[in-house]
Amino acid sequence: MTEAATTGRDTILDVANIEVIYDHVILVLKGVSLTVPRGGIVALLGANGAGKTTTLKAISNLLRAERGDVTKGAILFEGEAIQAMSPNALVTRGCIQVMEGRHCFGHLTIEENLLTGAYTRGDGWSAIKADLDKVYAYFPRLRERRSSQAGYTSGGEQQMCAIGRALMSRPKMILLDEPSMGLAPQLVEQIFEIVHEINAQEGVSFLLAEQNTNVALRYATYGYILESGRVVMDGVAEQLRQNEDVKEFYLGVAGEGRKSFRNVKHYKRRKRWLT
Amino acid sequence: MFYREAGQFKTSYAADQAAFPLLEDRIGIAILLLVAVIAIPLLASNFFLNTIMIPFLIFALATIGLNILTGYCGQLSLGTGAFMGVGAYACYKLTTTFPDINIIVWILASGIFSAGIGVLFGLPSLRIKGFYLAVATLAAQFFLEWCFIRVPWLYNNNASGAIEVPTRTLAGIAITGPTADPLTRYFTVLVIVSVLTLLIGNLIRGRIGRTWMMIRDMDIAAELIGVRPLAAKLSAFAVSSFVCGVAGAMFVFLWLGAAEPSSFNIRLSFQILFMVILGGLGSMAGSFMGAAFIFILPIVIRMLPAALDLDIGAATAEQLNFMIVGALIIAILIVEPHGLARLWAVFRQKLRVWPFPY
Repeated sequence: MTEAATTGRDTILDVANIEVIYDHVILVLKGVSLTVPRGGIVALLGANGAGKTTTLKAISNLLRAERGDVTKGAILFEGEAIQAMSPNALVTRGCIQVMEGRHCFGHLTIEENLLTGAYTRGDGWSAIKADLDKVYAYFPRLRERRSSQAGYTSGGEQQMCAIGRALMSRPKMILLDEPSMGLAPQLVEQIFEIVHEINAQEGVSFLLAEQNTNVALRYATYGYILESGRVVMDGVAEQLRQNEDVKEFYLGVAGEGRKSFRNVKHYKRRKRWLT
Repeated sequence: MFYREAGQFKTSYAADQAAFPLLEDRIGIAILLLVAVIAIPLLASNFFLNTIMIPFLIFALATIGLNILTGYCGQLSLGTGAFMGVGAYACYKLTTTFPDINIIVWILASGIFSAGIGVLFGLPSLRIKGFYLAVATLAAQFFLEWCFIRVPWLYNNNASGAIEVPTRTLAGIAITGPTADPLTRYFTVLVIVSVLTLLIGNLIRGRIGRTWMMIRDMDIAAELIGVRPLAAKLSAFAVSSFVCGVAGAMFVFLWLGAAEPSSFNIRLSFQILFMVILGGLGSMAGSFMGAAFIFILPIVIRMLPAALDLDIGAATAEQLNFMIVGALIIAILIVEPHGLARLWAVFRQKLRVWPFPY
């Protein structure tokens, strides 16, 4: 979108003006555009029901399973249109989603769970073993729990397992949906720290949907704010963090005491102009 | 265009919670009822009534019965055929023991016996779920079928082992038995099915139906909110078996005229289950659509070669029938995994917002 997002680097994911309809009749996304630069962390922010998860599922092509459909716009991954591809074809191309609520295989052990992530790979056991060690290096906690059933591990461990499992497919890009859901603030910080580390060391791009605006904007390079299916604001993460409106409406800290209702209406009007 | 909701304001809760709050829906139902009560009796031949309308309505009722249990309460059952059999045998015993009491009363009363048996075999549902419960109800199917064969008392020690429907009258007109006119039987079936459909429909929209749906959607959450799973599941088994029992009694008394144990075998259970799945789990209208599809379509296809003057052997036609119906079932479930009712719901939603796409 703006130069800041694209200058100097090429884009890995380009979502252009997509419209999503559920069940043939319910309009959810009303023209969402965003770009993820290669090797960047982009945050997708917004309240519940704003369309963050829907955007991620539109990219990873999971919508059809929920009776949704992308009716307009285009999604390009590394310059290639991916709308007609199945989710599994997308994984082999290097774009993988970590779903909200972890979805670990409950009856498999942590290590087996991680190995399932390497399902699409054909480069041999030794390469997979090396990646497994790398994942254990990022998440030392997983090594301790490697032989316990995923169903009996804590929420934080399951989230780590889900991210580690995605990493095992050697992705170029991870779509991360609500990694902070139901986790203690300390664990959230830890997980974001690891995401940052993976991004810096492996060059994996991240598109992360988050409720926790504060944390997300500290680790992301660029942010988009969604509201009822539209992008209402976007900018470099640092600028968004300083922005008075974002502070007030998404971080919950008012700039100058109480605001009158008139200002809120004014804000809504201004927001409409921004889109 | 066809659903113009503009201007249909509700000023009371009663109006808002009516079974059909939209004027268009009320008109649609009225047209359907008028066709059933006036047009079909005037136009249809005895053959049409006997082979299509009467069994269609009876199967629709049985489908509603299973839909209560499987579609609304989420308990998979493979014992429908046997529960229908309980209704039929109960009705036979009752009317041969007390011939003076009206047969309509006995048809409805036989549902109570079926409900009792249903509750008995529903008891395991408190401990087992899903496929395991299906196996437990399968046991009911085999055990009851065994009873129909091995307990001579049930068929009054007939040499043939079958039950034959005696002639019973209402106000001098024969309703059941070989002399009963198809039109009389059609009206009897129509009235019973309509009344029960209305009652069940309202039961489901109310408190009891909601507890069933809570159990279906998430039994643990329902328990946490204070629903007693014992009461909810067993009441679903009771109502479901009641409806199936009434359908079973009508199946023999108002359609077949005579029945043997094999009329209520596992095939019947599966047939009704397919009607539920194809029509749509948890939908009253879907029950009728599913019954129509599974029961009427093969008959229509069977009549096609003769109507088109195609000279293919009866055996070939029957094979083709199986293939065509099977392929259609798969095709419909691919297009709409939630059954015909969902297809209709999407179409209706499209009509409501027409000419806009959403």
